[in-house]
Amino acid sequence: MDKQKKVVWTILGITVSLMHIIPFYILMTTSFKNSSDFSSKWLFPDYLDFSNFSNAWTQAQMGTALFNNVVITVISVTALIVLGSLAAYPLARVASRLNKVMYISFVAVMIVPPLTILVPLYKFIVDIGGLNTIWAVVLVHVSFWLPLTIFLYTGFIRSTIPKELDEAAMIDGASRLQIFFRVVFPLLKPVTASVIIITGMFVWNDYQFSVFFLQDKDAHTITVALSQFFSQYSNDVGLVAAGSLLGMLPMVIVFLFLQKYFIAGLSSGSVKG
Amino acid sequence: MNNTSSSPHLKPVESPESKKPVPKKKRGFHINWLYVPVIILMSVFIIYPFLNGVRISFTNWNGYSQTMNWIGLDNYIRMFTDPNTWLIVKNTLIYGIGSTILQNGIGLLYAILLNKSMKFRAVTRTIVYLPVIISPLIMGYIWYFIFQYNGGALNDIITLFGFEPANLLGNPDVNVWLITFVNTYQFLGIAMIIYLAGLQGISKDYYEAATLDGASSWQQFKNITLPLLIPSITINVVINLINGLKLFDVIIAMTNGGPGYASQSLSTMMYQLYFARQDAGYAAALGNLMFLIIVIISLTALIYLRRKEVEA
Repeated sequence: MDKQKKVVWTILGITVSLMHIIPFYILMTTSFKNSSDFSSKWLFPDYLDFSNFSNAWTQAQMGTALFNNVVITVISVTALIVLGSLAAYPLARVASRLNKVMYISFVAVMIVPPLTILVPLYKFIVDIGGLNTIWAVVLVHVSFWLPLTIFLYTGFIRSTIPKELDEAAMIDGASRLQIFFRVVFPLLKPVTASVIIITGMFVWNDYQFSVFFLQDKDAHTITVALSQFFSQYSNDVGLVAAGSLLGMLPMVIVFLFLQKYFIAGLSSGSVKG
Repeated sequence: MNNTSSSPHLKPVESPESKKPVPKKKRGFHINWLYVPVIILMSVFIIYPFLNGVRISFTNWNGYSQTMNWIGLDNYIRMFTDPNTWLIVKNTLIYGIGSTILQNGIGLLYAILLNKSMKFRAVTRTIVYLPVIISPLIMGYIWYFIFQYNGGALNDIITLFGFEPANLLGNPDVNVWLITFVNTYQFLGIAMIIYLAGLQGISKDYYEAATLDGASSWQQFKNITLPLLIPSITINVVINLINGLKLFDVIIAMTNGGPGYASQSLSTMMYQLYFARQDAGYAAALGNLMFLIIVIISLTALIYLRRKEVEA
């Protein structure tokens, strides 16, 4: 009886997996076909042709875009870790009325959907000369992801780092900053991992900010480069499919290697967020 | 609250034996200074633009000139009298509420399946979860290859059965739902994982006791599983609502809001008004409408579900 059930569940599971893999399968078959091949997208071509990939790489300037993506993501995530954990420390440790209000205000900012303030934000970035610069887009990313970062760090420090630890270090004569960096911060590794994964993923995949603030070809990120490439070559399906595949590859590789951190990190972020 | 058991990642921390009161001594600076940089960043990049957006929405600013004229409520009057606004708001609600219902329904079903004893559980979970990490823009393009009129993968199947190929993305009655479907497909994995964690947190004892009392599996689901899952439902509903109501990338990739206004959401409409039509004052007013819609809907859902949590 139990064995029969297990077979049924397994068959259902395989069906679900097959259904979900279809889009990736279609993307693969499409990206290997040259532009004169109009055979069904369900079939792999009987030749092996990587020219779509090399053409997409050069024509969409994917090298530049990939470099920009790495720079923007690394700087943003580093800034989020430093600023977010430092801000969370007093919020978690000093239980004053002021800090209660500050904490609620920081977290409440999470509810402002970035796109709703597109017009004034874009105007502001133009006014401060930040258009097509990496620093401006980094500052915008950091500002919008700080609330979640602070939320995660504050909750973690409150619930898992005992106050006695700080106090013991204080008796030994360490300053508050020394205590934070030498005693508290090293214990924050699990939540730092979640912050890296959640914010890193969203910054890496971002389109809604990048498309406005990074319009110059040299400043493009992967998504912006792809969207321009797509509108330019939309008739050459194989070429744009190859571009899309290249564009998602870095994230897929990282995911497959760090899968368990992704699943733990994203659910911890959303459970608390 | 030193509830150490709540964190799965916890490494036990030795608490020092001496618990003598610490001498209160001024040490350089107050640590509250540590959050001042955050106040500055958020004020400059979120709060100030937000307030400025309210101001711009009362002007006829074109998006680039140095001057803007105060026109009072004109943008808002235009918004409420333009029939397109209702279409766009309706689409936005379909993207938000439609994806929320689908993601939670299917996500819960998948979680229940993955909670059973089966083979390939880890592989199935990875495959369902994979789309979450891919840029929504790219996900939109991938589905474009499936739904497109000429040589789309779906039309290959339709013609195989002898029907005429369908122009799905150009059909205003269908494409809004296709976009909702793609958004659901992409973020289903998050709902699934959260429900799975919720299911695994329910003690087996409840079910054993209920079976002894002769409760059917539907009764068990309704009276044990569902009430105990409400915290997971709250999280999923709120995240999915906010995500769906502000949907942007997938729409741009699949239909660009067309044909006409047919699949436009508030976010894509704002983008077009600002960058393609230099109608920045009106775009700012639409932004404020979108802000209100998202805040009201997600807060209502949050408060309603939190109440249910207390009752359960």
